[in-house]
This record gives sequence, structure tokens and C-alpha cells, in this order.
Amino acid sequence: MSARRFEVLRAELLLVWRLFRTDAARQTKRIALTVLAIAWGTLSIVLLLSFGEGLKRAFNKGKRGMGEGGIGVLWGGSTTRAYNGLPSGRAIAFRDEDADLLAQRIPEIASLSREYAIRRGLTVGAKTVNARIRGVDPTFGQLRNIIPQAGGRFIDEADMSEKRRVIVLGEELADDLFGSQEVVGRTLQINQSTFLVIGVMQPKTMMGMYSGPDKNQASIPSATFKSMFTDSKIEDIVYRPVSLELADQAKWQIYRTLAAKYRFDPEDERALSVWDTREDQRIVANIGLGIQMFLGVIGTLTLFVGGMGVANIMYAVVKERTREIGVKMALGAKMRQVMTPFILEALLMTVVGGLMGTALALMLIVGVSLLPLKDAAFDFLGRPTFSPAIAAATSFILGTIGALAGYFPARRAASVNPAVSLRYE
Amino acid sequence: MSDDKGRDGQMIRMRQIRKVYSTGRVEVEALRGIDLDIPRNEYVAIVGPSGSGKSTLMNIIGCLDTPSSGEYVLSGETVGGLDRNRLAEIRNRHIGFVFQNFNLLPYASALENVELPLLFAGVSARERRERAAAMLEKVELQDRMEHKPTELSGGQMQRVAIARALVNEPAIILADEPTGNLDSGSGKGIVGLFGDLHANGQTIVMITHDSAVAKLARRVVQIRDGQITEDRTVAA
Ligand SMILES: Nc1ncnc2c1ncn2[C@@H]1O[C@H](COP(=O)(O)OP(=O)(O)O)[C@@H](O)[C@H]1O
Ligand SMILES: [Mg+2]
Repeated sequence: MSARRFEVLRAELLLVWRLFRTDAARQTKRIALTVLAIAWGTLSIVLLLSFGEGLKRAFNKGKRGMGEGGIGVLWGGSTTRAYNGLPSGRAIAFRDEDADLLAQRIPEIASLSREYAIRRGLTVGAKTVNARIRGVDPTFGQLRNIIPQAGGRFIDEADMSEKRRVIVLGEELADDLFGSQEVVGRTLQINQSTFLVIGVMQPKTMMGMYSGPDKNQASIPSATFKSMFTDSKIEDIVYRPVSLELADQAKWQIYRTLAAKYRFDPEDERALSVWDTREDQRIVANIGLGIQMFLGVIGTLTLFVGGMGVANIMYAVVKERTREIGVKMALGAKMRQVMTPFILEALLMTVVGGLMGTALALMLIVGVSLLPLKDAAFDFLGRPTFSPAIAAATSFILGTIGALAGYFPARRAASVNPAVSLRYE
Repeated sequence: MSDDKGRDGQMIRMRQIRKVYSTGRVEVEALRGIDLDIPRNEYVAIVGPSGSGKSTLMNIIGCLDTPSSGEYVLSGETVGGLDRNRLAEIRNRHIGFVFQNFNLLPYASALENVELPLLFAGVSARERRERAAAMLEKVELQDRMEHKPTELSGGQMQRVAIARALVNEPAIILADEPTGNLDSGSGKGIVGLFGDLHANGQTIVMITHDSAVAKLARRVVQIRDGQITEDRTVAA
């Protein structure tokens, strides 16, 4: 834009501002109500979208709780059809070497871990807490997102080869046993054996789980587990596919490999049991998006009603200013020059209302984030979260509504017949 | 402004102009075949009884309205069939309007009112201010520039309106009963101002029902029932 055109625009804006002030003086109550309606609409849309965003983030965090990358959990099952002379209803359970077999045979599996499990008492001094103890491979921590807090570590290969008596505790279990003291480096007893605590899990949100939340469980090396609890069988195998796209392929390969070994029909789905977390992640993602869209639509509709209010005021203003429009036309105002003030005036009302609503919404959001609540509800619902995307969406919706609320009345203004509007008897 | 004249030397050339208003079932024929030529530098008074079609004629001359039929050429350009933006441009550049009820914007100062036509023409702020101030000086309102219309007398408001009509240096000033809302003293002042403008070469078309005012014009056109009944030029 050239400097002169900019300057002319500035002068026009100045006139619009004065017009707005005269209108505002004449219709204070009406304008105030409409601006409030816009503010209310903005408030609800920002709050709703922020609530949706918080929810989405909580879901995302929760979906990471089980483990990322579309991990699967594999249990034994029982056959539902006869195969090669073997009867149906036969139980399929894993043996120790099955994990190695799958790891070697199936290139679509990136990593896996066995999981043995047993419930036992963990004793510290006079205190004993009953908990699920799992025997796992070093990969388990990464697979299942059991990340040690600072100062600790997860089980490693040396722990495995030396069958060390080391243990990683869920954070709640650690709290139950030791209170708020430093935990890593302390010892506890299981079956009169002494274990060294090497790590405490970082807190995380779990949307899905099997055999209880990770925060109440303890992990020890699978090698140690086998040597201590000799009769134990592999409970399940956790695996991560090379990529989400190859997850189906990996699942199919698992069935094929184990079907050949245990001689069941690879089409017999119930012979094994697989929890494919991709499904849950898809559902969670869709729910999050659905909620945000639903809330967004409600907010937009509210704003739309506010926009109608602005448009109505502008129609009244156009009617009141018919003569003035005629005067401007007589002096040579072009269509654009007649319309611009009305559009700007509508935008001004919308922007003022929008800023009020946004400010209020931000205050509420900050207020909620400052609440000292450490409630489970917040884990699942999240806290309302403002984001640049929400700011952009709100500005876009407000701008569109304001421009439309100004455009149609402005078009009516431009269609004024100057000769008629200037008639004077 | 030699290009303000058409090829035949007329600034305004009207042939068989008709204007029919249809309001519901009734049709009013406000103009019934007007032939009118106005050369440059003319001072024309249009007189006639109320409802005879004077304002309708002025609106058509000023491109605020279009005739139902007939031919109208302004400064060599045929006005029929032009779009609204082009008509606005013609009004902005060639026409200066003065109304009976002044039609100033109430929330703008005298200076800003006079600046308006320049604003629509896209003139820069400095030039706008200078030209508007010079024009207000010309109508002897240099010390009322920042006043709002409500702070001015009727005669002063009409002088602001005249300054506004003149600021774009229009080819023609169209005044519809400019003294109609003024007391006789202020009215005389305004008529005197028109006389001065004409003496300086300004083309003026003024509608009036005041025969005393009309006498000051060089040429008097009388309209009755939408037709010209008399067109008389007095020797200077
Ligand atoms: N916009 C209009 N709609 C309908 N009738 C009109 C309109 N403008 C003028 N007229 C009619 O046209 C006739 C001429 O009006 P006008 O030109 O205003 O006369 P004058 O200015 O001489 O008093 C009148 O009968 C008037 O009622
Ligand atoms: Mg009239």
C-alpha cells in the first residue's frame, strides 16, 4: 500500500471511530449487550476449545502410559478348532524360549520382553506390602514406558547375566514402603531375599492397563525371577512393531510362528490373545478430536448469535444514516468508501467483545491451572490449556463473523439511492 | 478547464429527458421531455412551483439519478449506462452540491466536512487540509474551522457547504434552494457569494422559488409540470 493510500485509510478510520462514538452514545445499551454477547461467545469458545485441548493432552499422556509405538501384549489362549488331529479347547502357554524364537524369526518386531508375574509381600523393616512383582527383560522399561526418576535406572544386561537381586518400584509402591525418603540404594526383602532398589518409576497417566497400574508394581530381572520362582511360566510377551504400518504384519507372523510350533490353526484367533494398543490409541485420538469439534461447534454457534446481534445493530445504523450515506455519495464516495466504515464498525464491536471474552477466558484458565488440586480427575480430564492454534481459530472465527456482520449491512448501505435519501421537503 | 465543454461547446446537453417515478400502482411523470443546454460559465436559475420537477432535474444533472429516457451529455461524456462507481467519480470531480438543509456531517468539524470530497478523491492529508482551509477562508470562515455544524449559524453552515462544494474545483455548482432555510439576511449573503463565484468564472445552476433571488442570475429557466415553459437570458 502506498503511503498516501495508507494515509487516506487512516483518515477514514478516524471518521469511523467518531461515527462509532456517536452511535455508541445513541445506542449504548444495545451496543453494550451485543458486545457482551460476543464476549460471552468468545469466552465459551476459548474455554471449550481449551478444555478440549487439555483433554486431548491428558488422553495423549494417558495413551503413552501403556507404551508408545503401537505396542502389543501377547498372552496364551486356547484353541477353538481341531487341527491336525489335535482337539479343540487345548490351552496354549508360552515357554521361556518362545520369546527368543519370535525375536529371531520375525523381522517386523523391533523389540520385545518377557513378563513373568507373581504376587508377594515386599518387606521393609516391620512393614510388608503385598504387590505384583514382574520378572522382565531390560527392554521392558522402554516398551512399557517405565522410566526411572532421576538418580535411578532400569534393569540392564549385567543384572540379567548375574541374576542380580535388584528391583525397580512403581512410585506409589515406593511411597508405601519408604515414605518420602530417598529410596534408590535402600534394600527390601522378598521371600527372605534382600533386593537393592535401583530405580523408582516416574509418575505417568495410564488410560489402559492390565493387572493393575504400574505405579503399584515392582520389576526385577527375568533371570532373577526364574531362579527364585522356579515353577513360574511366562505370563505374557510385550512387543513393539518396527512401525505402526507393520504392526498387522507382525501380529500375523506371531500367529504363524507359534501356530507352527504349537500346532494350531494360524487362523484360530483365540489360540492366542493379543492386546493391540493401536486400537485404543485410534479410539482415544478420535474421542479427543470429537470432543474438541463438538465444543468448537457449540462455541461457534454462540458466537454466531452474537454476530447476528452485531449485524442487526449495523442494519439499524445503516437505516439511521441513510441521509448521510446519500451525502457521501453526492460528494463522490465510491461503493467501497461507503461500505468500509460499516464493516470496520462491525469488526470493531466484534474485536472489542472478542478481546473481553478472551481476556476473561485466559484469566479463568490461569486460575484453574493455579488451583492446588492434585486430583485423579485432572489426570483424566486434564486442565484447560490455551494454545496458539486456539488463538488462531478464535481470531479466524471472530474475524469472519465480524466481517460478515458488517458486510451485509454495508451492502445495503451501498445500495442506497442517493437521490431518494437526499429528498427534502 | 477547456475540456469541460462538449464538442458543441455545451457543458450540459439534455435531449428529451424524461423521468417517471412508479410508486406502487401510481406512476408520476416528474420530467416530460426536457431539452436543456448550459454552456460553461453560465449562471442559471431554475424556477417553478413546488412539485414541478426542479429537484428531479437537478438530481439528473448531478448524476445522482438517471433519467427514464432521453440523452444526457456532461462535459462531452454520455452519462447513460455508467456504473455507480463511475458516476461517483463524475460527481466527485465535476459536480459540487449545495442543499437547502446543508447536509453537513454532524460529528465532523467544518474543516473535516470540507475535506470529505478530497478524501474520496484520495488526496493526501496535507493537501486536503491546505485546500479545505483555503476554501473556508474564501467563504470567510477561517476562524470557524474547528467548529462542529451545531456550533454554527444557518448562514455559516451553508457557507461551509459551499466551501465543500467548491473544494474539488468542480465544473459546475448545483444548488437546490440554498437560501430556503435561511433568514433573509443570511440568504442575501449566500446569494452574494454565488454572484462573486460566477464573476470569477464558476458555472452555477441554482434552483429557487424566490423571484428576487432568480433575478440575480443571468438566465432563468421556468419549469411547470415537468416541462420547460420559459427560458430567458437577461443581457448583462
Ligand atoms: N423518489 C420519488 N418517488 C416518487 N415520486 C417522486 C420522487 N421524487 C419526486 N417525486 C415526485 O416527482 C414530482 C417532482 O418532484 P420534485 O422534483 O421534488 O419537485 P420540486 O423540486 O420542483 O418540488 C413530484 O410530484 C414528486 O412527488
Ligand atoms: Mg425540490
